[in-house]
Amino acid sequence: MSPVHYLAISVILFVIGAVGVLVRRNAIVIFMCIELMLNACNLAFVAFARQHGNLNGQVIAFFVMVVAAAEVVVGLAILMAIYRARRSASVDDANLLKY
Amino acid sequence: MTTLTTVAATGALKLSWLLLVFPLFGAVVLLVGGRRTDRWGHLLGCVMPVAAFVYGVIAFFTLLGEASREQDQHVYTYIVAGHFQASVNLLIDPLSICFVLLITGVGSLIIIYSVGYMAGDPNRRRFFGYMNLFVAAMLLLVLADNYLVLYVGWEGVGLASYLLIGFWQDRPAPPVAAKKAFVVNRVGDAGLTLAIFLMFSEFGTVSFTGVFHQVPSGGNGAATALGFLLLLGACGKSAQVPLQSWLLDAMEGPTPVSALIHAATMVTAGVYLLVRSNPILALTTDARIGIAVVGTVTLLYGGIIAAAKDDIKKSLAGSTMSQIGYMTLGAGLGPEGYVFSIALLLCHGFYKAGLFLGAGSVIHGMDDEQDMRRFGGLARFLPVTYVTFGLAYLAIAGIPPLSGFFAKDPIIEGDFTEHGTGGWILGICALIGAGLTAFYITRMMLMTWHGRRRWKAGAHPHESPPVMTAPMVVIAIGSVGAGGFLIVNDRLQNFLAPVVGVPPVSHGFFTIAGGVAFALALAGIALAWFMYGRVPVPETPPHGNPLVVAARKELYGNTINEDLVMRPGQWLTRLSVYFDNRGVDGLVNSLAALVGGTSGRWRRLQNGFVRSYALSMLAGGVVLIALLLAVRL
Repeated sequence: MSPVHYLAISVILFVIGAVGVLVRRNAIVIFMCIELMLNACNLAFVAFARQHGNLNGQVIAFFVMVVAAAEVVVGLAILMAIYRARRSASVDDANLLKY
Repeated sequence: MTTLTTVAATGALKLSWLLLVFPLFGAVVLLVGGRRTDRWGHLLGCVMPVAAFVYGVIAFFTLLGEASREQDQHVYTYIVAGHFQASVNLLIDPLSICFVLLITGVGSLIIIYSVGYMAGDPNRRRFFGYMNLFVAAMLLLVLADNYLVLYVGWEGVGLASYLLIGFWQDRPAPPVAAKKAFVVNRVGDAGLTLAIFLMFSEFGTVSFTGVFHQVPSGGNGAATALGFLLLLGACGKSAQVPLQSWLLDAMEGPTPVSALIHAATMVTAGVYLLVRSNPILALTTDARIGIAVVGTVTLLYGGIIAAAKDDIKKSLAGSTMSQIGYMTLGAGLGPEGYVFSIALLLCHGFYKAGLFLGAGSVIHGMDDEQDMRRFGGLARFLPVTYVTFGLAYLAIAGIPPLSGFFAKDPIIEGDFTEHGTGGWILGICALIGAGLTAFYITRMMLMTWHGRRRWKAGAHPHESPPVMTAPMVVIAIGSVGAGGFLIVNDRLQNFLAPVVGVPPVSHGFFTIAGGVAFALALAGIALAWFMYGRVPVPETPPHGNPLVVAARKELYGNTINEDLVMRPGQWLTRLSVYFDNRGVDGLVNSLAALVGGTSGRWRRLQNGFVRSYALSMLAGGVVLIALLLAVRL
């Protein structure tokens, strides 16, 4: 079975996520876009697993989900700390590490 | 032509390293010991050279009894590098033992004299330390058996000369004179250095035996080059034209320094070098002609200066320059002249030291006044000095039977027999020089000791203490007798024959040239008496006659040095500094500016916005994937 359509959706989702990371100012929205990119990768893995007829891709998808969850925990914790110190969730406001 | 074959030293001569160790020990104790040695420092400083002299006499008599008179004593292996070896070996042979006796004998007397001369000086101990250092270095120079260790001694005496000329540091003139002496000597040293390099490259050895055995096979070019380079070295150390300008300034040092270093010993090191290298000079007529010409030019140059200077020490310095010109001329005459060159050197050591010590006595008695136009009529007040000075005066003027007559006339005679028509010109110049010598020294005698008293107010001249007059008396005995002792019965000639060969023709004492020289000497004395004895000496120096003005300015020697050498050198250094600052530094600085500017632009990427960093990461990832795909496909 051809995974082309599924890969097309995966690519579209990935690009939407990447653009969102680059364009949006709110840190929480950026996290959501990162989640979107990760899920796009999951979709691609599962599509290829179906094509090859084994379960390797689906197992990798599980790993990716675990990593995504852990990453969200850490990221949101950092965001909370920054928000408490700076009263702002916009990534543009955290620009002190510059020349 | 002789070659040097040496045997290892035996018996008493095995201890010949004592000659070096005695004065060196004195120097080290006095200079390292510092102010703790002030009370007895001058006594140690006198004892050490005397001890060296005692050993020198023992060595001399031992050498007379030996079968082979060229003895080599190994002291210390200095350099061993593959096939090249240079050791501190002491060569005891007739030439070096003559110098050893001169240096230690006259040196001890002058150092004893300095006890009195430097009595009021708080730095007297340092003075004796430096004098001992000088004696040690000079002995190393004459006792070395290879050119490298000779060079060590050469530089050592240059150092001692520098330290002693600049001894009094409370006035600006002495340190400047010391620097001038050192720098001008350095030019000559370059000649000696190049000669040593040439010897090593041509012959692979720098020892006397090695070089003298191989130099005949080296070809004429090597011998001539060595001859001229050694002449350059000798010019620097012996103050011959063109490197003569430092000697008159060196009179800024204390008078014992002028007597020992700049009259009797150090300035004769150049003559020693030339006479020692006689096997090299035997192969090259060109270098010998060059040496003779340099000697002749200098003897007239020095004589003219000596006749015009008012400062007694500077006049004696000009005289030294002139007399060493005679010695250099003798060394350029080949086997004819070497013996008489050394004879004149030894006699000159006595009578010039006598003149300088006498001048020092006068200066000491006249409260450090050195201008002869402020002397006059001193004969009654310094009788012992007057007699010793007078004997030295008769010796240098060439009056028989004192030493100058015996030593100088054979050199003049030799001019006419050697080098053809050129030799006649040299001979006539040497005869004129003999008359000039008598003129200037009589001028000095009359201006200082006779005539009206032209003293400064408050001067009360007094005779010097016995510690100063006793050495002067001993040296006066040498001034009187040394010439006759050395020349009569060909004594020195036979003694030095193993080293320099035998002169081809023996002239006897009363030759035509000698007679003419004597007549000219009398004429010089008479002229000086007409100018300075019969009429009162003017108290202001003459300034009208351009020739006199030129002579008083040392024939513009300093001006020539400045314009020909110093100013181009200054321009060169300024150019180099400019090039270094703008060119080299500019290059390095512009490189740094480039790096700085580039980094200044690049760091603007670090703008603190997370989103721009995310864009950079994305761009990088895209480029990587594109490359991977391009490689795959």
